[in-house]
Amino acid sequence: MGRYIVRRLLQLVPVFIGTTFLIYWLVWSVPGDPFAGKCGDRPCPANYIQVMTEKFNLDKPLYVQYFTYMKNLLQGDFGSTFGGRSINDLIAAAYPNTIKLAFVALAVEALIGLTAGVLTGLRRNGFLDNLVLVSTLFLIALPTFVTGFVLQYLFGVQWGVIKPTVSNPPSFTELLIPGFVLGSVSMAYVARLARTSIAENRSADYVRTAIAKGLPMRRVVGVHLLRNSLIPVVTYLGTDLGALMGGAIVTEGIFGINGIGREVYRAIVTKEGATVVSIVVILVLVYLVMNLLVDMLYALLDPRIRYE
Amino acid sequence: MSDPNMSSMVTTPRAEQPTAPGATAPTNAGLPENQRADKPRGLLGDAWRDLRRKPLFWISAFFIVLFLVMAAFPSLFTSADPSYGTLSRSRVGPSADAWFGYDVQGRDVYARVIHGARASIMVAVLSTLGTVLIGGLVGVVAGFRGGWFDAILSRVADIFFGLPFVLGAIVILFTFNPPGANRGEFEIIMLVVLSLVLLSWPVSMRIMRSSVLATKEADYIVAARALGASNLRIVFKHLIPNCLAPLLVYSTILVGSFIGAEATLSFLGVGLQSPVVSWGVMINESQNYIRVSLYLLLFPAAFLVTAVLSFVMLGEAVREALDPKMR
Amino acid sequence: MSEVVITDPEFSMTGRPSGRLLEVEDLHVEFRTREGVAKAINGVSFHVDAGETLAVLGESGSGKSVTAQTIMGILDQPPGHVSGGQIRFHGKDMLSMSEEGRRKIRGHGIAMVFQDALSALNPVFTVGFQIGEQFRIRKGMSRADAKKRAIELLDQVKIPNAKQRVTEFPHQFSGGMRQRVMIAMSLALDPEVLIADEPTTALDVTVQAQIMDLLADLQRERQMGLILITHDLGVVADVADRIAVMYAGRIVEEANVHDLYARPAHPYTVGLLNSIPRIDEKGQELRTIKGLPPNLMRIPPGCPFHPRCPKAQPVCVEKVPPLRVVGPARGSACHFAEEVLRGE
Repeated sequence: MGRYIVRRLLQLVPVFIGTTFLIYWLVWSVPGDPFAGKCGDRPCPANYIQVMTEKFNLDKPLYVQYFTYMKNLLQGDFGSTFGGRSINDLIAAAYPNTIKLAFVALAVEALIGLTAGVLTGLRRNGFLDNLVLVSTLFLIALPTFVTGFVLQYLFGVQWGVIKPTVSNPPSFTELLIPGFVLGSVSMAYVARLARTSIAENRSADYVRTAIAKGLPMRRVVGVHLLRNSLIPVVTYLGTDLGALMGGAIVTEGIFGINGIGREVYRAIVTKEGATVVSIVVILVLVYLVMNLLVDMLYALLDPRIRYE
Repeated sequence: MSDPNMSSMVTTPRAEQPTAPGATAPTNAGLPENQRADKPRGLLGDAWRDLRRKPLFWISAFFIVLFLVMAAFPSLFTSADPSYGTLSRSRVGPSADAWFGYDVQGRDVYARVIHGARASIMVAVLSTLGTVLIGGLVGVVAGFRGGWFDAILSRVADIFFGLPFVLGAIVILFTFNPPGANRGEFEIIMLVVLSLVLLSWPVSMRIMRSSVLATKEADYIVAARALGASNLRIVFKHLIPNCLAPLLVYSTILVGSFIGAEATLSFLGVGLQSPVVSWGVMINESQNYIRVSLYLLLFPAAFLVTAVLSFVMLGEAVREALDPKMR
Repeated sequence: MSEVVITDPEFSMTGRPSGRLLEVEDLHVEFRTREGVAKAINGVSFHVDAGETLAVLGESGSGKSVTAQTIMGILDQPPGHVSGGQIRFHGKDMLSMSEEGRRKIRGHGIAMVFQDALSALNPVFTVGFQIGEQFRIRKGMSRADAKKRAIELLDQVKIPNAKQRVTEFPHQFSGGMRQRVMIAMSLALDPEVLIADEPTTALDVTVQAQIMDLLADLQRERQMGLILITHDLGVVADVADRIAVMYAGRIVEEANVHDLYARPAHPYTVGLLNSIPRIDEKGQELRTIKGLPPNLMRIPPGCPFHPRCPKAQPVCVEKVPPLRVVGPARGSACHFAEEVLRGE
C-alpha cells in the first residue's frame, strides 16, 4: 500500500504540471494586450506597465514565467492581483464558503440520494421506484442554473421562505437551498447508483447464504446487503466531493455566495491572470488528492482490492 | 410487477402472451426439431426486441425527431422572424398572437425558441461527434498498443480531465472568444464545440480504452491473431465493433449533457452570443427579468429540459436494452 | 454404516402423518417469466430421516437445485412461485408457516451448503465474522465467545491454523478450504438436516473426494439427515443411502443405492449409468443420451423423457407415468419399468 501511494503521488506530478501549465498558457500567453482595460478607458501609464511586467516576468519566455510562479507558490506565496491585493487573503476569505457549500451539497446527496436509492433498490417496480426513476431523470436533465433559478424564485420570491441571496459569510441554514441545487444532479446519480447496486446484490449468492443462516431480514439487508452495495456509492460520493470543492461557479453566482467559484469567474472577467491561475492550481490539487484518497478508501472498504 | 399505473413509463411491460414460436404443433412439441424455437438471437436483435417494447424509447425518439426537424426546418413551425423586435411590445406576456409572449426587445419568444433549436442541437451533436471520434480513437490506440504508449496517452487524458469542466471552458472561451470580439455565428459555434470537445474527450477515451483492454484478451481475438490477422484487421473487424456499445450509449447521453453545457456557458456569457439564437442565450437574456416575467425563462428552459431529457432517456433505454443483466 | 430404514416410496406419496424428519410432498414450483411459465418442479415427493443420506441426482434444469432452494425458502419470488404441495419438518408444513417461523428453522433445523463458496461467502467480512455471526445473533453470545466457537468449527472441518485463519477473508482461501469454511458455517447451529447443493462441483477432482469424505464423516458423527444434490453419479456412490433421480421437475426413479447401480428401473437412469466412462471400455465411444433435456416452458406431453427414450411407445406420448412401486423399496416412473428392470 505504501509503495502504491508513492507511485500514485509520483504520477500526480506530471498531471499537475501539465494541467496548471495549460491554464497558465491560456491565461498569460494569449494574443492581446494584458493591460487592455486595466486602467479604465485610458491606456495604462508606462511606469505601471513596467512595474507590472517586471513583477509577472511578462518579458521573459513563458516557461520561465511559469516556473518562477511555481517556485513562489511552493513557498506559499500566490502573489497579488493587479490591484495589489494578496491572492492568499482572497482565497482565505472565499474558500471556506465554498467548502461549507460543498459539504451541505454532499450531505443532501448522501441523505436524499441514498435513502431513495436504497428504498427503491429493495422494492423495485413499485410506485416509489417509478417516481424516483422519473424524478432522477428530470434532475439529471435539468441544468444547474435552471434548478437554481426556479428554486430561488419559488423559495425566495414567491414563498419568501429564504432570502434570495445569502449573507457573507453564509450560515448553514442559508446554504440548504443552494446546497440542494448544487448537489441535485449528483443526488440523482447517487440514487440510481445505489438502486442498481442494491438490486444487483440483492440476488447475490452471499445474500441467500445470509438468509439460509436464519438471520433476521433487517440484518441480512442492513449488514450483508448494504455493506457490499454501498462500496461504489461511497466512492462516487468521495469523487464528487472532489468535484464540489472545485467551486460552483453557477450556484455561487445565482445565490451570491462569496466562494471560490465566484472569485475565479470575476477574475476571468476582469482578466486577473494571477488570480485565475492561483485558484485553478488549488482546485486541481484538491481534485487530484481527493481522487487518490478515494482510491485508498476503496481498498479500505473492499478487502479484495490490494494495491501494490 | 403487477402494479400497472406508472410502471409502463420506465420498465418493460410484460408481453401479453408467450412469443409465437410456442404455438408449434402440440404433438411433436419436445422433439428435437422444436429446439429451433430457442435459437439464440444476436445481442443487437435482442436489444432491439427489448427496446421497441419500451414506451420510454418511443417517447424520447419522438421528441428527438421533433427537435431535429425543428433544427433543420424551423419555418415549418413558425413564420415569425426571431430577430425582429419592436420595443412597443417589450415583455408583453403570452397571448393568442404570440403563444409564448415577447421578450425585452419585443421579439417573438415562440419564434426564437423554435429557431434556437438549431444552434443548441448543432453544438451538442458536433461536440459529441468530436468527443466520440477523438476519445474513441485515442482509447483504441492506447488500449491496443498498451505499454508506455498507453501510459503517456492516459496521462495526457488525465491532464485534460483534471481541469474542472465549467471553469476550463470559461477560461478557454474567454481567451479565444472574449466578449465584444464580434465573431461570426459559425466561428462562435465552432469555438464552443472545440472547448467542449477539448474538455470531454478523456471520458470517452477511458470508456473505449477499458472496453478494448477487456476485449483484447478475449478468445476470439487471440484466435484471430493466431490465424495471422493483421493488427489493422483485428482492430477494425473485431475490436471496434465489439467495443462500440458502451461508447454509443455514452454518446447518446452526451448529446443531452452538451445541450445543457452549451446553455450553461451561454448563461455565463461565454458561450454563444447574440446574434446567435439558442436556448442558452435566451435564458441568459431572461435572467434579469425572472422576477417580473418568469415566462421568459420558462419557455426556453422547458424546451431545453425536454431536449436534454429525451437524449438522456434514449441513452438510458438503449443501455438497459444492451445490458443483459438488467433483463 | 448406520442402520438405514428403507421405505416404500409409495409411502411418502400418501402424505400420512409420520415421525419423519423432513418430508416433501407433491411439490410444484414454477417460474413466471416474461416469455411464459416454466414448470421447474412438477409433483416431487421424498423424505429424509435422521442419520440418512439421500442423493438427488439430475442434469442441470432437472429441478434439483430449485427443490433445495424451496426447502430453504430462498427461492427468488418472483419469478419463482410455489404452486402446490407441502414441505413438512417434524410433521409441520413449512410452506404455511409465517416467515418468522421459517426463519427459526433455517440454520437450526435445516442448513445448506452452497455450490460456489466464493460467491456464497460475503467477500467483505472475515470468515470468523460470518461463522460467529450466527452465535451472536441467534444465541446472543459475545463477540469473543463467538470467535472461539468459530475457531472450533474450523478445526472440526480440518482447516489447519484455524486460529489465524479465522480473521482472514474468503478470497484468501483456496477452493477446497473455502468449501470447508462453508461447511463449518452451515454446521454452526447443529442442524438436523443438511442440504448440500453440488458441494464439490466447483472443485478439483482430488479435493472433491476430500470434501465428500468430510461431509460423510460429519453426517455420521452428528446423525444429520443429509440431502446431497448432484449431477455426478460417481460422487454419490460411496456416500448415499438412497438415490432419487430427477428429470424435468419429476422424480423418475427412487431406489437404494446398490439396487440403482445394479439394476436401474428407468431408461433415463440406464442412460446416465451408460454415460459414465469406464476403464474396461477404453477406446470405445462414450455412450450419451441423445437429445437435450426439455425446455421447461414446453414440457412434452406424456412422459417427459419420451422424445429421448429408446423404449418410447405411443402410450408414452399420451399418459404421464406415475412414480409407482416396482420392487422392494424402489419406485420408477416408467410405463415399462418391469422390462427395464429385467434388462430388456
